[in-house]
Amino acid sequence: MIVGEQKPFEEIWEMIKGHKRLTVFGCNTCVAVCHQGGNKEAGILASLLRMRATQEGVDIEIVDSGIERQCEHEFFDQARDLLEKSEAVLSLACGIGVQFVATKYHSTPVYPALNTTFLGDVIAVGHFTEKCQACGDCVLGITGGVCPVSRCCKRLMNGPCGGSSNGKCEISKDLDCAWQLIIDRLEALGKLDDYEKIPPLKNWSKDRAGGPRSFKLEGI
Amino acid sequence: MELKTSSRLEKVLKSGQLAVTSECGPPRSSNPEGIIKKGQLIKDHVDAINVTDNQTSVTRLCSLAACVHLKLQGLDPVLQMVVRDRNRIALQSDILGAASFGINNVLCLSGDHQSFGDNPQAQNVFDLDSMQLVQTVRLMRDEGKFLSGDEIKVPPNLFVGAAANPFADPFKIRVPRLAKKIAAGAEFIQTQCIYNVDKFELWMQGVRDRGLDEKIYILAGITPMRSVGMAKYLKKSVPGMDVPEELIKRMSGVEKTQQAAEGITIAVETIQRLKEVKGVSGFHVMAIEWEEKVPEIVERSGLFPRPTIA
Repeated sequence: MIVGEQKPFEEIWEMIKGHKRLTVFGCNTCVAVCHQGGNKEAGILASLLRMRATQEGVDIEIVDSGIERQCEHEFFDQARDLLEKSEAVLSLACGIGVQFVATKYHSTPVYPALNTTFLGDVIAVGHFTEKCQACGDCVLGITGGVCPVSRCCKRLMNGPCGGSSNGKCEISKDLDCAWQLIIDRLEALGKLDDYEKIPPLKNWSKDRAGGPRSFKLEGI
Repeated sequence: MELKTSSRLEKVLKSGQLAVTSECGPPRSSNPEGIIKKGQLIKDHVDAINVTDNQTSVTRLCSLAACVHLKLQGLDPVLQMVVRDRNRIALQSDILGAASFGINNVLCLSGDHQSFGDNPQAQNVFDLDSMQLVQTVRLMRDEGKFLSGDEIKVPPNLFVGAAANPFADPFKIRVPRLAKKIAAGAEFIQTQCIYNVDKFELWMQGVRDRGLDEKIYILAGITPMRSVGMAKYLKKSVPGMDVPEELIKRMSGVEKTQQAAEGITIAVETIQRLKEVKGVSGFHVMAIEWEEKVPEIVERSGLFPRPTIA
């Protein structure tokens, strides 16, 4: 799923303080799982903004709302009236949702309340870690199911580098060396000999390097 | 043995004599005098001189320009290239550029992560990795082709090296990793600084068991320690560096004013011990910002004079 983190409150306040009618708009799927952008968080953030507005003596009408997903048209039906009347929207969605709202409401300012941080999992309650960079050309089949693109800080296709120490990465003792994990997995699979195979050069044209990506289902 | 390039280093290695290389870090300035002076200090005591490429991710005068300065002094530079800062277009371009100045050696490296340097906010590239850079240089040199398959009319003439760190983890893949670099096309290896000689010998045993020492020239990395503080720093703070406790004790047992001399002696003793290890083809003496000590280390290790190569 997509993981995001709320921006510092001051940054959010600076973006929206000039508006008179603001909708604080949650997205109740991915970013709700990490308790940063769901409809509940939209309610909390709206309250904090109202308090700040009162403290500063600024007159802003702040409404909070939300939908299940800000990245698909059909979910917007229930919020159509509210959004059409909003002077500005503070979206708690990931960057995708923020842009979707901006595209739907062409003349309405939309601000991001979150920094979209990564594509990740929930390894323990409240602990999210990056697992994919959507490089467009998955190599997990040859790396024992551990992604070197997202989990090696040098995205080495033939790691580990000389900085791997006690299973940890050279940049942080808190970060697992992806190539240690790959080697451990290959060994567990009885495929350690595969370590010496050299894969072809990575085709980064399928990554963001090749420009914005899209695909279209035929016959729909 | 057949020579592939005009590299002096290649000639020394293929003549069966122990080679000696050293390295110089370029200045953080546009003034090349420092690198030229360092080169002059050590030129009679080494066969080739590595020039580091923005080492520890700190911005410096570029390795290629510094290599050109050394080449103009009649020295044989080893162009260090990291894949951190350049994509495959820029790497191939710089390889041609280096060859156009008669630079005959390249050392293919990943490069330290930028978080260690002066621009931790920088984007990193890592389009290729060090293994793939080795493949790239060999393709360009031996097949006269770019990665695209297009022809190179005058291919670059470079002797291709890579690094190996026998002390990084996991240890069990450190020999397979060398085999992989050989398969990719590496012709010489310069190792991480060796302090844990027992572990290095264990790695070399694994290298010989697979006959890899017959396929590549391994230059053992030697860095003299200037003080017990440096020894402790290397042990504690540099990932992939293995400094045994007994060496720290030995340095601590010497008066502060004598620690630098003790560090040199340890380096000399390490070289003398490693000269006896089958499969070690020479030494890479990295006296970091202490280049003036290279001649003494080389002489005391019995590696002077350097062979005369036509």
